[in-house]
Amino acid sequence: MLVDSPPEASAETTPAPPKRRAIRSAGLLVSFCVLLLVVVASIAVGAKQMPLDQVWHGLFQDTGTYGDVVVGERLSRTLLGVLVGVALGLAGAVLQALTRNPLADPGLLGINLGASAAVVTAISFFGVTSLSGYVWFAFFGAAVVGAAVYALGGTRNATPIRLALAGTALSAALYGYLQAVMITDNAALNKMRFWTVGSLASAKNETILQVLPFLVIGIVLALGLARPLNAMAMGDDTARALGAHLNRTRALSMAAATLLCGAATAACGPIMFVGLMVPHVVRSFTGPDMRWILPYAAILSPVLLLGADVVGRIVARPAELQVGIITALIGAPVFIFLVRRRRLAQL
Amino acid sequence: MKAIRTRGGLSFRLDVRTAVVVAVLIVAALVASVVLIGTGDFYIPTADVVRTLLGNGDAGQEFIINDLRLPRVLVGLLVGAALGLGGAIFQSISRNPLGSPDILGLGQGSTAGALIMIVLFQGSAVQVAGGALVGGLVTGFAIYVLAWKRGVHGFRFVLVGIGVSAFVTAVNGYLLTKADIVDAARAVVWMTGSLNGRDWEQVWPLLVLCAILVPLVMTYARPLRMLEMGDDVGYALGVPVERTRIVLMGSAVLLTAAATAAAGPVSFVALTAPQLARRLTRSPGPNLLPAMFMGATLLIVADWASQRAFGADQLPVGVVTGVLGGIYLLWLLVIERKAGRI
Amino acid sequence: MKARATMDKQPTDPHTSESTDRQERAAVNRLVADDVTLGYDQRVIAEKLSVEIPDNSFTVIVGPNACGKSTLLRALSRMLKPSAGRVLLDGNVIQSMPAKKVARTLGLLPQSSIAPDGITVGDLVARGRYPHQGLLRQWSAQDERIVGESMASTGVAELADRYVDELSGGQRQRVWIAMALAQQTPLLLLDEPTTFLDIQHQIDVLDLCADLHEEQGRTLVAVLHDLNHAARYATHLIALRDGEVVAEGAPSDIVTRELVRDTFGMECQIIDDPQTGTPLVVPAARRVREKSAAGAGSAGAGAAGAEGTEAAGASAKAAT
Repeated sequence: MLVDSPPEASAETTPAPPKRRAIRSAGLLVSFCVLLLVVVASIAVGAKQMPLDQVWHGLFQDTGTYGDVVVGERLSRTLLGVLVGVALGLAGAVLQALTRNPLADPGLLGINLGASAAVVTAISFFGVTSLSGYVWFAFFGAAVVGAAVYALGGTRNATPIRLALAGTALSAALYGYLQAVMITDNAALNKMRFWTVGSLASAKNETILQVLPFLVIGIVLALGLARPLNAMAMGDDTARALGAHLNRTRALSMAAATLLCGAATAACGPIMFVGLMVPHVVRSFTGPDMRWILPYAAILSPVLLLGADVVGRIVARPAELQVGIITALIGAPVFIFLVRRRRLAQL
Repeated sequence: MKAIRTRGGLSFRLDVRTAVVVAVLIVAALVASVVLIGTGDFYIPTADVVRTLLGNGDAGQEFIINDLRLPRVLVGLLVGAALGLGGAIFQSISRNPLGSPDILGLGQGSTAGALIMIVLFQGSAVQVAGGALVGGLVTGFAIYVLAWKRGVHGFRFVLVGIGVSAFVTAVNGYLLTKADIVDAARAVVWMTGSLNGRDWEQVWPLLVLCAILVPLVMTYARPLRMLEMGDDVGYALGVPVERTRIVLMGSAVLLTAAATAAAGPVSFVALTAPQLARRLTRSPGPNLLPAMFMGATLLIVADWASQRAFGADQLPVGVVTGVLGGIYLLWLLVIERKAGRI
Repeated sequence: MKARATMDKQPTDPHTSESTDRQERAAVNRLVADDVTLGYDQRVIAEKLSVEIPDNSFTVIVGPNACGKSTLLRALSRMLKPSAGRVLLDGNVIQSMPAKKVARTLGLLPQSSIAPDGITVGDLVARGRYPHQGLLRQWSAQDERIVGESMASTGVAELADRYVDELSGGQRQRVWIAMALAQQTPLLLLDEPTTFLDIQHQIDVLDLCADLHEEQGRTLVAVLHDLNHAARYATHLIALRDGEVVAEGAPSDIVTRELVRDTFGMECQIIDDPQTGTPLVVPAARRVREKSAAGAGSAGAGAAGAEGTEAAGASAKAAT
């Protein structure tokens, strides 16, 4: 029993002891199976229930029947849900590591309202009406606000509170603008009130194709950042001593997070708290190693997002509760719990 | 700083600069009010306004001024004062300029209450105001309870507020999607904060509340000042720390919720008024009185500006305070960051 | 008085007589922790801890990190309510006393204090008068005089109009001490007053404390990190480990090699401070400590280590 401990200790330098690694890999596989189940549920459940054989028919023997059309639409929606989930989970994990801030989340960082403000501008001043038209604006808004929040609160001696406050302050300012536009423009109000809650319902293949390139680049970038982010976790000075390129890692991380959040928000509106919650849950069983956190977050986030979407379709049937509302209603209590639990020295 | 002592043993310390600032703000608020009363579709010269207010006007002007515009201006003054005072208390307790009711989600809480009345019950104006009051109080209570853990710590308080705010925002978003477009438009106007069509019915409850709460808060001003040096110093100096905090926070929540019920969540007055007041008095400490009068002045001036710039009753005052406040907030963030604070 | 009642009931029980004995003395000394259990949430830091602060002493509490010394100080200053037992001030349970009355008797210099933005030294020190003021008596002539005296005795009088943010760490600490002095309390508690200060400022602050004790006759209680500072300045030393008192008394009586080993788990040698004659702790040389560590468990090695220290001590004595 005691004999085990010296190899354990010396294994600090190597990735992980083989046994733990096997367990984690198996866990990853199990998570993936859960994701598959949720995907099937997402296609089968809704205003019209689809029996599994009908789902099978729609997926693989599409003959254009009513059922097949429904399955096709739900497939787009599910696909978007998976992509957005992966994006938000990875973005949250990267932002939390980058800012050494367990509370970082695209929603809290104001990226959502950046996108919202840009979309309302597009609707009201540029007369854009289609979802595929919003995408570019949302993307642009998210990127600008992401950069601004990072510049205001995220650079040197960033503390969790400063980042959260910078994000909230910018959001508050943008909210004033949003309201000014909505109050004077009823058409904008009518579109915005549905867009701002975050929903997968209007997913189209076209939208998916628009954001797909950005998501892919973002995902690859994020996954590649695991090692440098591990070094960053120990503080700037230590990271520099370990030979990490601080500025390059920071810039790439911010770019990855902005690509991911921007594209996700553009595709389905602002969705709060997925990026906050999932990396947290993951960290509780993987420990601080980003090489495990990132893949787990990438698989479990879509589970949460699609799960919330499915719940939203069930609870208010035949109408739907938007997924963004469900995630916020689950996420805010989790956030408060985390704030309460954390020792304040860390805040 | 000047010491005033009477023979009977009374003694006070008077900060001359603060006294001057308060006096100037009162004058500014009164002047702005008189000008605002004269402004509108039917212009009334300032001299006539003053004459009518003193009871010597002609019947037509008397109706317009006493029945239509005076209550609106009074609501503006009271709402501004309540928001300024509430904001100063919150910022002092959380020891953070951003710990104001806007960011903590009290406004969102009031909005949720109001939206429930508008969207689910198509309620009357009074019912909406009642909903807003209850919503604000419940939210304030929830934040306090959730942030309480062997005392309330400033940072935790702000962060819990942000969390509660996000939760309530989701509820509000849901309510808006449930509404038909007419109700939604009404809701958005309410959510922006406006003084349009306010009359004596809104004035009296606010006035009574302020008459009770302002003196109460003022008796706790000195303990609050001691608390700014940290809870430990507060204890060491014999301040009843938790009691001071509960009384003041309760008063601030009531003031903010009542103001919101009367005029909607007029954004940023609670955030900016205490900050501007502090920069004018150049005095540490909560600056409660200057913040209160600054709030009143700000709101009246913003209402006047929106009427002058966009025409009478076109753009609610909340839009003006929102945009101005947003710019100010960003400036604050940059400055505070340079100073290494926050 | 309550103590007498218990004594009358069971005069023969040895436990009771011991505890009444303690309470008898409680009537003598103004600040006493009686059988207190201290902790945060579920975590217990100290159990059934009893400490007395001798009147007119400069008491210093020492001990390794997390031994409960700051926790004890928080309890003595009623910032932490004991989950069992009680803290007595002048014979009254401190929690039951009016807050301002306590604040007029017992001052505290906490570790975490925040200077509000843009406050001047004079204003900050003036805030120390709070417990003596009322709604209608906010700034009497006496307040003004005492604030002036407090600033003078801490040497910050000429800084009165400067902003606190602009001061150096040492000056700032003096300002906070001046504020605590303006409170005019016969008892003053200081929680690690020298942390984060340069060595010269550490000595500055401790000299100031010694002056307050000797010249103004105040009772001081300080938590200190540095054992040598404690031994030099304290008139009464309390050594804590794991929430228990290991030893208390005058430094020259209790600072021994065994005490340092028991409290801090470190081998050392005690010599006389060449300046003051108080005990001076000299950590054992690495070679000696390694030897004793290698032989840990066997009595012989420990003795050898001790012998080595002794020898080193002898040569050091010879050198002086």
